[in-house]
Amino acid sequence: MADATATQDGPMLAADGTPLKQSLARSLRREKTRALMLIAPLLIFVLLSFLIPIASMLFRSVENGIVQETLPETVAALASWDETSGELPGEEVYAAFARDMIIAVDAKTHTRLGTRLNYEETGMSSMFRKSGRKIKKLDPVADAPFKDKLIDIHDGWGEARTWAVIKTHSVAITNGYFLNAVDMQRTPEGAASQPESKQILLTLFGRTLQMSLIITLSCIILGYPVAWILANLPMRTSNLLMILVLLPFWTSLLVRTSAWKVMLQQQGVINETLVWLGLVDDAARLVIINNQIGTIIAMTHILLPFMILPMYSVMQTIPPYYLRAAKSLGATNWTAFWRVYFPQSIPGIGAGSILVFILAIGYYITPEIVGGTKGVFISNRIAYHISSSLNWGLAAALGTILLAVVLILYWAYDKIVGIDNVKLG
Amino acid sequence: MAALTPISRKPLSLVLPTVAGSGAVLGLFVGTANGSGLLGIIIGGALVAALAYVLTQFLDNEKMGRWITLALVAVLGLFFAGIPGFVLGLLAGWFYGWFIYWMYEGRYRARLQPYLTSGQVLWHYAFRVICGAIFTFLITPILVVLPLSFNAQDFFTFTPEMLRFDPEGYSLKHYRDFFTNNEWQRSFKNSLIIAPIATVISVSLGTLAAIGLSQSHVPGRRAIMAMLISPMIVPLIISATGMFFFYSSIGNFLEGTLGMNKNFVGYIKVVLAHAVLGVPFVIITVTATLVGFDRSLTRAAANMGADPVTTFFRVQMPLILPGVISGGLFAFITSFDEVVVVLFVGSASQKTLPWQMFTGLREQISPTILAVATILVVISIALLTTVELLRRRSERLRGMSPA
Repeated sequence: MADATATQDGPMLAADGTPLKQSLARSLRREKTRALMLIAPLLIFVLLSFLIPIASMLFRSVENGIVQETLPETVAALASWDETSGELPGEEVYAAFARDMIIAVDAKTHTRLGTRLNYEETGMSSMFRKSGRKIKKLDPVADAPFKDKLIDIHDGWGEARTWAVIKTHSVAITNGYFLNAVDMQRTPEGAASQPESKQILLTLFGRTLQMSLIITLSCIILGYPVAWILANLPMRTSNLLMILVLLPFWTSLLVRTSAWKVMLQQQGVINETLVWLGLVDDAARLVIINNQIGTIIAMTHILLPFMILPMYSVMQTIPPYYLRAAKSLGATNWTAFWRVYFPQSIPGIGAGSILVFILAIGYYITPEIVGGTKGVFISNRIAYHISSSLNWGLAAALGTILLAVVLILYWAYDKIVGIDNVKLG
Repeated sequence: MAALTPISRKPLSLVLPTVAGSGAVLGLFVGTANGSGLLGIIIGGALVAALAYVLTQFLDNEKMGRWITLALVAVLGLFFAGIPGFVLGLLAGWFYGWFIYWMYEGRYRARLQPYLTSGQVLWHYAFRVICGAIFTFLITPILVVLPLSFNAQDFFTFTPEMLRFDPEGYSLKHYRDFFTNNEWQRSFKNSLIIAPIATVISVSLGTLAAIGLSQSHVPGRRAIMAMLISPMIVPLIISATGMFFFYSSIGNFLEGTLGMNKNFVGYIKVVLAHAVLGVPFVIITVTATLVGFDRSLTRAAANMGADPVTTFFRVQMPLILPGVISGGLFAFITSFDEVVVVLFVGSASQKTLPWQMFTGLREQISPTILAVATILVVISIALLTTVELLRRRSERLRGMSPA
């Protein structure tokens, strides 16, 4: 029953009598809910089958419950032992260890622990396996004391080093895998560097970065002229030439990799042609596969379209009369290009470079096939630890470091280009 | 482009050294193949220069001149290197015939602005030669694979028979091997099972989500977008590592607790993993199509009494279909071409075609790989054409709808 004055003073009303503000808020809320409902199924799917697996990998790189779970009493007993003294722990540690091991051997978990500790100290695996069989026959009560018996079973139990390793790696959350990933190790005295002979990972990280940079640079050098000519030719011609860029882009990665294997081999197409032309002696064929050169050539070819396409889309937007204007104002060719055209094309170079670098740094297939031993990346090492050495914690730590690098680059890409502006084809 | 510059015949002092230089390049190759590079350069240069002199000064018939060059160089090729030399000679002869007259008549100036200096003209063409070389680099590996897949020998290189164009040197045996070998067939079948199912999952969920994301008020749009695109950004090896840990425990759960068939669980794992990898492509392409979608159309449909489902299928879907299909093609090719994740997540019975190729390449078993590669190139050409046609159609549709 609002009279004319009330409507003017009170809140504005919608058609159904509710205040307009409230009504608008409700419709906005409904719209938001509807949008979220549409997104929800995919978001949940991606969360479950992608983001959670990645998160679980991150967790696995620090997770280290196995020592505590397998040897709970030993870990408790070792807490009071001073590992820096160089003396053997007392009888109570050996007794606890024997009790733990008898249970562990029954459950057959002692070999897994041995494998885990073997990553830190070579020889642990066989020590646990061999001792396991004999410790099984001991009785936790009747056979005490255990110290001398255990040392009889395996000399290793008589070394303070063994117990120090067990104690150092008994924490549930460890930084050990990360230290390993950067060629260091967790020791009783804190972090220390690995012995020289085991230091390969930092070199590998360095090589991955260096080769990715070389690949990115060669993509820029090869991609820039092509993008320029595609952007400046008449539409019909440039569309035709675009096929030459898009066809490799659409062709299966394995097809291109096998093509490069065919081309680069000692008896491959390039070498045969060079020998036929007489440019290279038959005895001195070029070694361009199974080394860094092979990886760089093949990956530059594979990633080149990812450089050309962003460059092309940026260069298309640069009006050609800027260059002509610069020249008519008296600039030389070079000045006109360098001071007028090039600065405007930098966003394209930036976008392409980050894209190529991100893709290159995590590449696995191509280095594996054409890289030999010298031309492999950190990702090949990760695959090795997953499938051959089974040191999953180290693989997860390496993966986490790689992921961190990529995410930083991705953030930079977002700042420069914006993820919404990613275009395909 | 019409001719910009009136052209005129060029003096011999410019034409002869240039064509001699181009002749010297070919001479270098022929010379080194036959013993002496230096001699080859001199003879090649002299020969082409002499030819140019005769053609331009004494023969006033361009067509005949070009035929003479063609025949002459081809015969020379035949004399030096047999059939392959003859083919190369034909190509070279055609090139020199064209090049001599192109230089002499000054045709190279025709399409350039008249005010360019000689240096600029030279750079213009040098730049095109550089670009040509890069395009060659891009396309050669793919072109080399095609003829090699018809090799009659088990070699990864051109045999003398192939270079002589001897029919004996060619055969379809690698294709026969692909179509009869059990292992290749099984992996091909696996790829044909996994890729379409993964595509359907990522396209249906992805399209819905893209429509949701294109609404005007989405809380946290950037964060959601980043999450949905992340499978494309995270390096495959990391995705594979994460999925390896996670899916093996999921698989154990499905097999152990629910008692599912091991093989079936394997397929589920690979399909889900591939579907996730395809999602970003669908999101990106469909979002891009929706940018051009005229929202008043859905309001008009609602105004005329259509419910949201009808509006979606009868109004919105037909208009964004090109984007959905090309997103689907991207998702399909992602799954069809994927090897790292399936290598980690799958087991031997889910071996896909790329996996089989990968093992083949690592152990270097047979050139059947090249036959498979050729088939895949043909498939990708077909897909590329489809995407291009769809893109044009989408642009046309967008042009028609009122802005």
